[in-house]
Amino acid sequence: MGSTGEGGLGRRDLIKRSAALGLITTPAMGFLSACASGGEAATNGPGKAAVTKENPFGVAKGGKLDVVVFKGGFGDDYAKAWEAAFDKKWGTTSSHLGTQEIAAKLQPRFNGGNPPDVVDDAGAQAIKIDVLAKGGQLADLTPVLDAPSIDDPARKVRDLLIPGTVEQGTQGGKFVALNYVYTVFGFWYSGKLFKEKGWTEPKTWDQFLDVCTKARDAGIGGLAHQGKYPYYINVVIMDLIAKKGGLDAVKAIDNLESNAFADNPAALAAVEAVYEVVEKGLLMAGTNGLTHTESQTAWNQYKAAFIPSGSWLENEQLKQTPEDFDMKFLPVPLLPDSKLPFEAIRAGAGEPFIVPEKAANKPAGLEFLRSMLSREWSTVFAQQANSLTVLKDGVDPGVSLRPGTRSAVAAVKAAGTHTFQYLYPDWYSEMDTEIQNASNELMAKRIQPKEWIKRAQAAVDKAAKDPNAKNNRRS
Amino acid sequence: MSHVARGRGRAGFIAGFLVLPLALYLTFVIWPYIQTFGYSFTNWSGQSPTFDFVGWENYAALMEDEVFRGALWHNLLLLVFVPATTILLALFFAFMVNAGGRSGAGGVRGVRGSSFYKIVYFFPQVLSLAILAVLFGAVYRSDEGGLLNGLLIRLGLVDAGRPVEWLNDPDLVLWCLLLVVVWHGVGFYLVLFSAAMQSVPKDVYEAALLDGAGRAQTFFRVTLPLLWDSVQTSAVYLGIAAMDMFVLVSTMTSGQFGGGPDHHSEVMATVLMRNFLYFGKSGYACAMGVVMLVLTMVLSVVVLRATRRDRIEF
Repeated sequence: MGSTGEGGLGRRDLIKRSAALGLITTPAMGFLSACASGGEAATNGPGKAAVTKENPFGVAKGGKLDVVVFKGGFGDDYAKAWEAAFDKKWGTTSSHLGTQEIAAKLQPRFNGGNPPDVVDDAGAQAIKIDVLAKGGQLADLTPVLDAPSIDDPARKVRDLLIPGTVEQGTQGGKFVALNYVYTVFGFWYSGKLFKEKGWTEPKTWDQFLDVCTKARDAGIGGLAHQGKYPYYINVVIMDLIAKKGGLDAVKAIDNLESNAFADNPAALAAVEAVYEVVEKGLLMAGTNGLTHTESQTAWNQYKAAFIPSGSWLENEQLKQTPEDFDMKFLPVPLLPDSKLPFEAIRAGAGEPFIVPEKAANKPAGLEFLRSMLSREWSTVFAQQANSLTVLKDGVDPGVSLRPGTRSAVAAVKAAGTHTFQYLYPDWYSEMDTEIQNASNELMAKRIQPKEWIKRAQAAVDKAAKDPNAKNNRRS
Repeated sequence: MSHVARGRGRAGFIAGFLVLPLALYLTFVIWPYIQTFGYSFTNWSGQSPTFDFVGWENYAALMEDEVFRGALWHNLLLLVFVPATTILLALFFAFMVNAGGRSGAGGVRGVRGSSFYKIVYFFPQVLSLAILAVLFGAVYRSDEGGLLNGLLIRLGLVDAGRPVEWLNDPDLVLWCLLLVVVWHGVGFYLVLFSAAMQSVPKDVYEAALLDGAGRAQTFFRVTLPLLWDSVQTSAVYLGIAAMDMFVLVSTMTSGQFGGGPDHHSEVMATVLMRNFLYFGKSGYACAMGVVMLVLTMVLSVVVLRATRRDRIEF
């Protein structure tokens, strides 16, 4: 640290190389060195071209473009196709890295002041957006929202996004992350299994328990969940809270109110409802200890009736899903006296794309994001990754969708304006982790619903002390 | 050439050899330690080069951190059990394959098929920790697809509707992990002890046998004292491994960088990584790193001191 210019860069390279050689092998400490912050790097962009309507950010032709994408459930073929298109239009030379280890690969670069131009910061090892934003590492993406859209220059990009995209990507009042993939959350089931057994889609929680009981009696599990990652069962708990308590309950949690969980009848009812599944033995055997792939595959093998997940599920399970499985989406069923209708769903944008504040070619990074919000690129994504984007009607009608995605689209249409979204996982990582731990204990029957409420409220109260809590507010 | 000049020349010659390795060592080992120490006094987020100096705040917070204290406790538990179990098993097996056979006309030898056992025992050492995690993930899988559960269910010891959730059980998870480490380590230390045993002259054993010593007596009176140096070194190595445990815990247990269920398998390294990469509290994580460093160093010194004995020449 401390040194500037060439010296800093040279040493960082040396450290990287020596790490590769295994010189730094001291346990627990070695990796810290690789992440130690470097000096200011000399980042010379290719200069800026004149700003025009076609070129709202002033991309200079013939520059470089450095793209890093998370290579997870969506693969990274779509990004390669985009980069080729971008290079063709702007004469750039783009470098591409598809990886699962976003944090490990990018942290040294953020610290060293030489981050890439565009990053798809997703996956289990993503760098938390709240942390990046706090450190002033993210470019303000508002200019992208206000730029003319590629398909219809008379309209702004902002007007073509599905509602919630901007809110979802806002940190401390600044729009910093373009969450590109439109995701809906809820339960999933096999249309084939349900038809075979003569079960109907449950609309209330009692009906849901009924189907689970029938499933158990038929020798298969009722509810499967991805036990090793309590993130998924939290989807069910939080959706039940939102539907019973309405949007106010959602906001109370995101705004870290002192009665977000405590003394909130909707929260207690939701947790008790989920606990009922556990208590009545309606969980798929062993599901509490399984990874997401293990439990999802078991579900694909008809070992459970339902599984909670987001709409990436179908693409993630492509290989494991039987041809005639007929994957179907189900909004989380209703508890009595719910404020939101059955059709209401948690829907929102995921897969955040960011442009680092210190990107060498920031104009190109912004232009890349604007291009992503064109129909052409959006269609490429839908084809390659079997998922919808945040661009309204962003897929050519000619593209045929798989059954799960089709049912998700139908659910989105049915939900209309009744969509909601939680922001606390993006805002408060520690609180999210604590609530996940509590849910894991609940599902394993080691704690009771009241204890869950207590622990969740404690996590909220702790997060309320975060200095960022002042900025992160929603209304 | 004068005596002094010759001496100086030799020193220069030696220094010439040492400059490069020393520089590398200072740059890549010592300097990061110093940097980490420095960062532990800041509120560095890990994602940006800017931070403020906060003094001892991180260390004070560390004292209050129940998760970290729990992790420390787990590390200490492992510190007792990992070296003890591994070394005892390795010694036992090494003795059996080298000197445990019935004393025949040929003098001292291992049990029948010992050369085969030696190879088999070494197998686990060849596997990387990542493979090990996958392998034992399948063993401990929490439904009937798991090796252990499948076996127990077939034997009728476990109800198929309630399989044992090995790694999701707060009382079992740490022991399950311990078993993996021991399983992995025994083979290597067996080979290490075997080599040491083979360097013990045969006539020492023969003399013991002639004096009428049984297997146990031969082991405790002859083998163990002669192997003390190797045992001591092994204890330090295994102790450091027990202080780390990062790879296994982070891949096999639930939670961000492992540690689940509900912090019951947490070790210091997993808490450190979660704070470092996920919570954006890198300065705080650096303080943990410093604590780990100090503990590991104290541990090495204590073990080496406490187990010091007179060297037996042979």
